[in-house]
Amino acid sequence: MADLYISSDVASEGEMAAVAVVLGPDDDALVVEHERVVRGGTRRRHARRNLLLPALHALQNHAGWISPGGLNHVCERLQVPPAEAYGVATFYDLFRTTDPGNREAVTHVCVDGACQMSGANELLAELEAGGARVHASPCLGQCERAPATFVQGLAGPDLVPADSLPYTIPQQGDASLRLLRRIGVVDPTDIDSYRHNGGFAALERARELGPTELVQLVTDSGLSGRGGAAFPTGVKWAAVRAEVDTGRSAHVVANADESEPGTFKDRVLIENDPFSLVEALLIAGYATGATHGWIYIRGEYPLATARLEKAVAEARTGGLLGANALGEGHNFDITIRRGAGAYVCGEETALFNSIEGFRGEPRNKPPFPTTHGLFGEPTAINNPETLVNVLHLLTSGISEYRTQGTERSPATKLFCLSGAVLTPGLYEAPFGITLGELLEMAGGVRGDLRAVLMGGAAGSFVDRSFLDMALTLEDTQKRGTTLGSGVVMVFNTEDDIVAAVSRIAEFFRDESCGQCVPCRIGTQRQHEIVGAGVLDAKHIGLIDEMAAAMRDASICGLGHTASNAVQSAIRLGLIGAGK
Amino acid sequence: MNNSSVTITIDGETVEVDVGRTILDGCRSAGVDTPTLCHGDNLTPSNVCRVCVVEVEGSRTLVPSCSRPAEEGMVVATDSERVRHSRKMVLEFLGSAVDVSQARDVDHDSDLSVWSDHYGADPTRYGDQVAKSSAPLKREDDLYVRDYDKCVLCYKCVEACGDDAQHTFAIAVSGRGFDAHISTEFDAALPDSACVYCGNCVAVCPTGALQFTTEFDLRKAADWRPEDQHVARTVCSYCGVGCNLELHVQDNTIVKVTSPSDHDVTSGMLCIKGRFGWQYVQPRF
Amino acid sequence: MWGSNAREAHPIFFHHLMKGLNNGAQMFAVDPRRTSSAKFADVWLGLEVGSDIALANTIGREIIDAGLVNTDFVAHSTAGFEQYKASVEAYTLERGEALTGVPSGAIRELAHSYARADRAQILWTLGITEHHNAVDNVFALCNLALLTGHIGRWGSGLVPLRGQNNVQGGGDMGALPNKLPGFQNVDDRDALGRFADVYGVDLNPVPGKHLTHMFEAMESGELTCAYIVGENPADSEANTSHVRKLLSELDCLIVQDIFLTRTAELADVVLPASVAWAESSGTVTSSERRVQRCHQAVEAPEGARDDIEILADLARRLGYDWGTTSPQELWDELRSLSPPHAGMSWERLEAEGGLQWPCPSTDHPGSPFLHGWLWEDDLAGRAPAPFTAVEAAGPLDRLTDEFPLRLTTGRALDSYNTGVLSGSFNSPIRYGDEIDVHPADAERLGIADGELVRVVSPRGAVDLGVRIQPDLVPGLTFTTFHFPELADSNLLTNDAYDARSGTSEFKAASIRIERIGDCDG
Repeated sequence: MADLYISSDVASEGEMAAVAVVLGPDDDALVVEHERVVRGGTRRRHARRNLLLPALHALQNHAGWISPGGLNHVCERLQVPPAEAYGVATFYDLFRTTDPGNREAVTHVCVDGACQMSGANELLAELEAGGARVHASPCLGQCERAPATFVQGLAGPDLVPADSLPYTIPQQGDASLRLLRRIGVVDPTDIDSYRHNGGFAALERARELGPTELVQLVTDSGLSGRGGAAFPTGVKWAAVRAEVDTGRSAHVVANADESEPGTFKDRVLIENDPFSLVEALLIAGYATGATHGWIYIRGEYPLATARLEKAVAEARTGGLLGANALGEGHNFDITIRRGAGAYVCGEETALFNSIEGFRGEPRNKPPFPTTHGLFGEPTAINNPETLVNVLHLLTSGISEYRTQGTERSPATKLFCLSGAVLTPGLYEAPFGITLGELLEMAGGVRGDLRAVLMGGAAGSFVDRSFLDMALTLEDTQKRGTTLGSGVVMVFNTEDDIVAAVSRIAEFFRDESCGQCVPCRIGTQRQHEIVGAGVLDAKHIGLIDEMAAAMRDASICGLGHTASNAVQSAIRLGLIGAGK
Repeated sequence: MNNSSVTITIDGETVEVDVGRTILDGCRSAGVDTPTLCHGDNLTPSNVCRVCVVEVEGSRTLVPSCSRPAEEGMVVATDSERVRHSRKMVLEFLGSAVDVSQARDVDHDSDLSVWSDHYGADPTRYGDQVAKSSAPLKREDDLYVRDYDKCVLCYKCVEACGDDAQHTFAIAVSGRGFDAHISTEFDAALPDSACVYCGNCVAVCPTGALQFTTEFDLRKAADWRPEDQHVARTVCSYCGVGCNLELHVQDNTIVKVTSPSDHDVTSGMLCIKGRFGWQYVQPRF
Repeated sequence: MWGSNAREAHPIFFHHLMKGLNNGAQMFAVDPRRTSSAKFADVWLGLEVGSDIALANTIGREIIDAGLVNTDFVAHSTAGFEQYKASVEAYTLERGEALTGVPSGAIRELAHSYARADRAQILWTLGITEHHNAVDNVFALCNLALLTGHIGRWGSGLVPLRGQNNVQGGGDMGALPNKLPGFQNVDDRDALGRFADVYGVDLNPVPGKHLTHMFEAMESGELTCAYIVGENPADSEANTSHVRKLLSELDCLIVQDIFLTRTAELADVVLPASVAWAESSGTVTSSERRVQRCHQAVEAPEGARDDIEILADLARRLGYDWGTTSPQELWDELRSLSPPHAGMSWERLEAEGGLQWPCPSTDHPGSPFLHGWLWEDDLAGRAPAPFTAVEAAGPLDRLTDEFPLRLTTGRALDSYNTGVLSGSFNSPIRYGDEIDVHPADAERLGIADGELVRVVSPRGAVDLGVRIQPDLVPGLTFTTFHFPELADSNLLTNDAYDARSGTSEFKAASIRIERIGDCDG
């Protein structure tokens, strides 16, 4: 809400046309109904603000940058103050606000983790020398095919060169798979194929149970969040349901902003079995009583996004989404939102802000999403892997579901194996498998094992003494590490682990949103110290002091975990005095 | 306890706090000194500076006292080792990255350095090679001077310009992480932006990053003498809204105009006329 | 919000309004221009200049027609409904649209939203009152509040926003031709007796003249001497060339001001005054009837004296020694004479940061709103509030072939009245006096943004720069009046006024725009 001031820069016709595709031709936040009647106002503006991110994507894609004229045009149509829109545009890695001076696509090369160890920086230099526009990118979520690249399109679709090759998972065809069982079997572009492969049976079962029993089932199953925080899913759903029962409208959100370095499970799942996420989100909507589902998918996943868009469109055509989709009077539809390159947007409240068209800055909690989530309304936000678990739970029943895993960590988990293993890739294994066994599943370690990064950049390094560790929530916690999002990134003795740790510190420095002081300056100082390469006892003491403050006083998980990997590397002697 | 208040414990003392009020409010009524920087009584807490964090029993991390509503039975520690450490580090981090020489704890009307000394913050520990904020001084008109080397990114100016008061949204945070900074769209000069020069951003700035030209020039001339100033409360001479003004006077000259943040009419916010329209007072004959 | 650009003219009031909008309030803006205030509205209704009564009566008729009248309230608290109903019968939506230019659907929407709201306010400023039929305009709005009961309750009401910091206080203190302090009539025998007791002299019971009548009296020769305190009519009145002539022809003109204004330049005697709010102490009363204290901050320049001191000295020379005249003594005298102020002790004003009248006793908390009596069972013994039937009448300056464009005037955010005060600082957002012209008119006239043009009204001509402004409707132009030294826009405005309020029709002049090249050539 503001009296907008728009500078004299105007958009090109191409920019306007690109924006019109996402915003539609009219029905703006401001409507000139007549020479003497104009409609505007707070409600109209608020209702349209969430279109800012898609509109910025349109500008970026059309011109290769977000020009002042283009920004002005979007701001006028959505009635967003330009300074705020600029603040949003400059928040994301995929958006440029300076004129690149040419109109070439940009090749992003991942320089994190497994890619860094696989010659990413050399590739980057090579491409650049060849005259390509390149960008050193944080993890692109393709760690199983390092070094990863992503081409940010110009007036055309983005693409991942590796997507042109057929994709298989190492366990392809294994009948015991639950979450991955349809991968490579089902046609991900065809709803009928999904149906023939058991699709929508879970939804049917859910509707037989009714919302109350459904929520109870999920609670009893012991299913917990697979994004890293492991919060009990049933508790979350029950909390939203309780809010809906008081008359509030609610949302369910699939958090597919998979950005934790080393993580690629949701990408593989969505690319190869997108309808399962649509079905699972419908079930979540049914259970919680939410009327709107959102899938926030990271911007660097063009194939997954395309497949998901098609799946949602087919589900809508098939009457599975829309008015009364979940029974008389229960409308439900799904909106897909693309992220634009910001790790922090994987944090649930940052993700809400991002969808709403604000900077992806995390909110202080409490209040929690279940009462004050997306648009301030009750929201159940779940990781795709978590949601897809519900399908198996419903079709096979709770006893079958709990036959695998442990009491506290029931069922199976997706593990993203990358780095120095013979067969990197996505694996489904029951909770409780040991780290050593899992590495064997992936063909064993390539070379001599030096360390394993568990749980991603926010996780921690372990060494060979952890090979007997059972991979459960409880065992990893007991041994001071984490499963996180299922990252198992393996380093051998050939790998430059000092560089890897330094890059992790740089990653947090780059990805901190900048909102709170401990994280904004702490991640900077941590990178300065770690990046300098020389760590004496004084430096290590300082890192510990900074880590304590970031862990205690930061707003969100990014700051809380920004020192985990660095401190574990110091503890194991991977860097610092003992290295 | 009754329906309109909750009882909490702060450093062992029992305190009654009105429902909806924060832990910080409880600290104040208990007489517990708590440093603040990004907090303002007339703004929505942005809880970003984290200098006011406290330890709440049962909470995994520390809690910003400025924004966290007090809940029945909360047990709060404001001087635990964890609290002292985080406060020290926050002050140290700021001192290592920006010029906090003029930064103030507005709630206490004291220099921030008082707290840095109290917690033993030593910004020099990081060496002199570390990255610091480096922004050119902006003097784009006759009313404001902006020196973002002093900016701690407390968000107060953005809030005052935005939906906490002025709804002009001329400035916002742009960029990310350590590079985040306050900016107009494409860093346009303020006179070419939406800015309407209400001065509310300057009024809420706790660090001197935003200053009225009058104050900046006197400071530059080493002639800014708060000890020789007096403040008179009066009513703005322009429209009929009745905004209270605080005229800051040095040597029989008005050097700054503010408004009390607890005044019903203004909540500390003024418009360009109230803020700058006094300049006819003395030089008229 | 009707005929008010509070975003610029009352910015801090607008902060409160925006909080309401954020909390879900709906806003309709009725203004010929899509002002910066109107840009916050859910719906802007850009009525034809001076068609306010037509719009209000149409809204009233629609409320009646749609069965949305608060019948209990009308029956209990008002009088004259049937007459009012009959008077608006002819204002159908179709006729309303024809008279105002606003599509009937939007009028209907405003009528229904206003009537159905739990709480609703009508706020206005000079867009309502600077017309030759200003008082009728106000009645037309009051009628709507009476129809719906949106008055006398917290959150509802009729809110005229005062344009100057103490215009309310001036009236409260009796600076009106027919009132004593506390709005007691000058011919009220009882009141006069009380004043005589305190003042020691009998007061004149004959109402005086308001400003516009004074100028008429100057013209007829009846008024030959004027003592002007803190007012700059030589710049601020409509049709200023005429006003200046009258002032310069007076036998004696005394001007008491803080500046040598253009009016002071015409004076025989100039009494230099101190700045009331910064160089002396006292009280002012804001738009919401809030009396607040001012404290002296700086010493006045040598020779400039407090207004009260000057007056007291003058009285002494005329043979009346008023004794000491400290602000507090004068205030306590007022409290003894003006019942609404009786409870506002000097100390309370300080401690409570101001009090809103009526505040009849020292234990009274003050009154955030008026007219609560309308909701009392016995109406507090008062007569019910009357509807006042009023008829639409457009501006006196009719649009003709010679003067085909409408000119309206208003304030800009960083400036104030004739710019004597606000011109003292270098505002980065000041663009000077320009005439805003709709793009379609500019194209038709062949004039470009920034071009200097001659603006001619039936009364005068000034040269102004053109600013192309799409927030107008075709045929409407706009200018401020803040820069008389540069561009004397009040040379153009109409000095015809409403006989009851004495306010001139600043808001509606007819003009033509000439290209300067054309006239020179």
